[in-house]
Amino acid sequence: MANVIRRQTLAARVSRLAVYGVLILAALFYILPLVVMLMTSVKPLSEISAGTLLSLPQNPTLAPWTKAWGEACTGMRCDGVGGYFWNSFAIVIPAVLISTTIGALNGYALTKWRFKGSELVFALMLFGCFIPFQVVLLPMAQTLGWLGISSSRAGLILVHVVFGIAFTTLFFRNFYVGIPNELVSAAKLDGAGFFRIFWRILLPVSAPIIVVSVIWQFTQIWNDFLFGVAFSAHNTQPVTVALNNLVNTSTGVREYNVDMAAAMIAALPTLVVYVLAGKYFVRGLTAGSVKG
Amino acid sequence: MAALEIHNVRKEFGSERVLKDVSISIDSGEFLILVGPSGCGKSTLMNAIAGLEPVTSGNIYIDGEDVTWRTPAERDIAMVFQSYALYPSMTVRQNISFGLEMRKVPKAEREAAVERVADLLQISHLLERKPAQLSGGQRQRVAMGRALAREPKVYLFDEPLSNLDAKLRVDMRTEIKKLHQRLGTTIVYVTHDQVEAMTLADCIAVMRDGHILQLGSPDEVYNNPVDMFVAGFMGSPSMNFIRATLEADGDGYALRIATPDEADLLLPWPAARHTAELVEQLDKPVILGLRPEHFSEEDVRLSEQAEGTLLEAKVSVVEPTGADILLRLPLGEQEITARVGPKCEVSPGERLALRVDMSRAVLFDAETEQRLA
Amino acid sequence: MKNTATPPRVGHAAPRAATSGGLQAWLPRFVLAPSVAISLFFVYGFMLWTFILSLTSSRMLPSYDFVGFGQYARLMQNERWWVASTNLMIFGTLFVLICLVIGALLAMLLDQKIRQEGALRTIYLYPMALSFIVTGVVWKWLLNPSLGIQAMVRSWGFESFRFDWLVDSQMAVYTLVIAAVWQASGFVMALFLAGLRGIDDSIVKAAQLDGASLPRIYWRVVMPCLRPVVFSAVMILAHIAIKSFDLVVALTGGGPGYATDLPATFMYAYAFNRSQIGLGSASAMLMLGGVLAILIPYLYSELRSRRHG
Repeated sequence: MANVIRRQTLAARVSRLAVYGVLILAALFYILPLVVMLMTSVKPLSEISAGTLLSLPQNPTLAPWTKAWGEACTGMRCDGVGGYFWNSFAIVIPAVLISTTIGALNGYALTKWRFKGSELVFALMLFGCFIPFQVVLLPMAQTLGWLGISSSRAGLILVHVVFGIAFTTLFFRNFYVGIPNELVSAAKLDGAGFFRIFWRILLPVSAPIIVVSVIWQFTQIWNDFLFGVAFSAHNTQPVTVALNNLVNTSTGVREYNVDMAAAMIAALPTLVVYVLAGKYFVRGLTAGSVKG
Repeated sequence: MAALEIHNVRKEFGSERVLKDVSISIDSGEFLILVGPSGCGKSTLMNAIAGLEPVTSGNIYIDGEDVTWRTPAERDIAMVFQSYALYPSMTVRQNISFGLEMRKVPKAEREAAVERVADLLQISHLLERKPAQLSGGQRQRVAMGRALAREPKVYLFDEPLSNLDAKLRVDMRTEIKKLHQRLGTTIVYVTHDQVEAMTLADCIAVMRDGHILQLGSPDEVYNNPVDMFVAGFMGSPSMNFIRATLEADGDGYALRIATPDEADLLLPWPAARHTAELVEQLDKPVILGLRPEHFSEEDVRLSEQAEGTLLEAKVSVVEPTGADILLRLPLGEQEITARVGPKCEVSPGERLALRVDMSRAVLFDAETEQRLA
Repeated sequence: MKNTATPPRVGHAAPRAATSGGLQAWLPRFVLAPSVAISLFFVYGFMLWTFILSLTSSRMLPSYDFVGFGQYARLMQNERWWVASTNLMIFGTLFVLICLVIGALLAMLLDQKIRQEGALRTIYLYPMALSFIVTGVVWKWLLNPSLGIQAMVRSWGFESFRFDWLVDSQMAVYTLVIAAVWQASGFVMALFLAGLRGIDDSIVKAAQLDGASLPRIYWRVVMPCLRPVVFSAVMILAHIAIKSFDLVVALTGGGPGYATDLPATFMYAYAFNRSQIGLGSASAMLMLGGVLAILIPYLYSELRSRRHG
């Protein structure tokens, strides 16, 4: 709010305190679950049953983490979530790279080389952002089977690329709309062609939107569960599926600390990305929603 | 052979006709300016010449070759954009040599071209900077440098000075004129500023609504406008349009200007400028066009030898510009602007005697707005 | 000057194939074609395919034995589907409303030149970076009756405190609301904050000069300017609500029983686990219908405002 001159009355000061109070309470609401998760993940089981959620760890230990990584039981196997953690990377990285590249070229073609129907094409692709994926699950399962890549990492990569293109195209298209067309005209006059203009003129200034697109895609694909659980087999599962299996496997005593450690492992990559590049993450969220 | 020839070019956007049968021909080394109000089609014509917009019909020839369907790169044209369109991620040097690079000019030649152009435009000290680090005037020079480096057949300038502040604009205008004189290049230049048009052009095309109203030298367009629009568009402050009636006056003609509160004004039409058309306009309303500089303060000492007609009126507004003084004088229900010397001492409300140089006046048909004489 | 024949009148440049211009003009279409093909096949084609499946009596494998809208009729008589649909209504409405209120409130408070605004924003928004599975796992732990919040509050002395919603079939659906709000309200706050920051300062200053108090300014002057933000937020939140699958699986598993089932989990259960492909497809089509029911009015109002604005 603008530089309002504030009356320094008692009422004003109290209301300002109230504002901070509410904000801090809200902050607690958001951060406490993470704190509890962390604390629980380093407590030995005895402390968990003896204490409460917020009691500080007396004898913190990393045993739950090592167990979660390498020994915990996810369904029929007991080799922790570590392997699946790498599965997720194997799926996410190619999918992000491919979908971002395609989105960039699409956005470029749609905005700088307009032709009859280019707006319609954009609207057509945009719709892909909105559909509930339940409506493509069954046909996708069939198609992956026909292509011979069902239950494989390649299959998941294909799925994520196919359904990620809508978003990446949206990001790049909205960004390139803001770049003056005269730049492209000047380059055309200078003799550059379609790809040359993209490579030499547009790409060098696309860093902000590339980051947004990569972060958004990374987060979406890493956090995905639906495609993961529908289209993977035991050894190709992403970490989210492994986590769910681990937590919902009912064998004997529930090891809550291992559960929490596994959840942390699954959450860490996207959390780290968020902390490091959160600004771009927000830009991605709001860019997608402020429809252009 | 004409350096650039535009032949019956039409451009339609859907049902909207932006260019209607435009034809122009200019010789090598000529400086053509397309001038007109917003929406007249001058930028569209520019884009059509460059190949950035395809024409709906018609042909474009450069040095005799039909380039109508060639891509921009194939036409050997360079363009300076209103917003300069410098490549933001490249240095000035790379910006200038980009076009040469695309044409696979060897490195040594490219370097030489960059040096030559940088010298010419005095931007040698800026070669390693990026566009974001340059001022508006500097960017403008780099944009021109990019065009000059390629030595194309035709240069296109799309309102290159519009984004500069007033003083810089005047300076750059002179620079462009000097460059043209020095290099003798063929230039097509678009502007909405008619002062720029007058000072820079060899040939002016006044455009309106997709048509070229008049194509001629600055002198022709200024002193022999073909209709009221051209007459009113060129010149600042613009020409006075005075409603009058054409009457017979002895052997010749005179123009009666109605002034209800006083005696009507009668301005004789010079005998040397009688034309056949005038006969048909007798006793009909016409529009008399007189530019502000066609009035001069009556110098009492020279009254005997003075030429032109005398006119007396009350001054309503005095606007000194420093170099001269603009006066507004009501004539009946109309008002004229006169430009007199800076030493004229008159205050609002006083009456002033002015000499009118009728030899340069123009007459327009009141309905069609076309020039009569 | 050469005299060449007038080329045919065309709306766009139709360079002859011989010139390099020909390739250039078609390149953008070539580049877009794969994505268009992908859209047509994987999005529209699949939707059609699912629709066709929903008209068949497929069970474990797709069979193209058409039964008209029989599957939809079965769906309407399926008690679990009604539970799932009602749950979606309850969950969706509460989720959207509470997120809007919290998001707007936090944004307005944050807009008051708060110190450490950046840090607070980061804290409010980070849950959005988590998978719904992680969120579900964490809240399942927090809401655990014997070891979670209920136990903790009781250990503070409030012996009769009850917070066992997770295992209470009546209340379990509200646990979904809590977890989802925790995850998404920060995003709504970010949207509102961006909207607030985009408001022309001079409007607010004019209101201040007119003597309005700050809360009143927010209510009468600022909020009306944020209508588009509210629209966007509702659209996205509703979309998230309809698609909610991960959260249910992790937090409640659809239970107790199927008390917290949602259409998304219903569809998955019937299509993949219960070998009822036809019925599952029908439920998926109804989910699509729900999304369209929200999307189309939104697009319509967007188009209208663009035509007028």
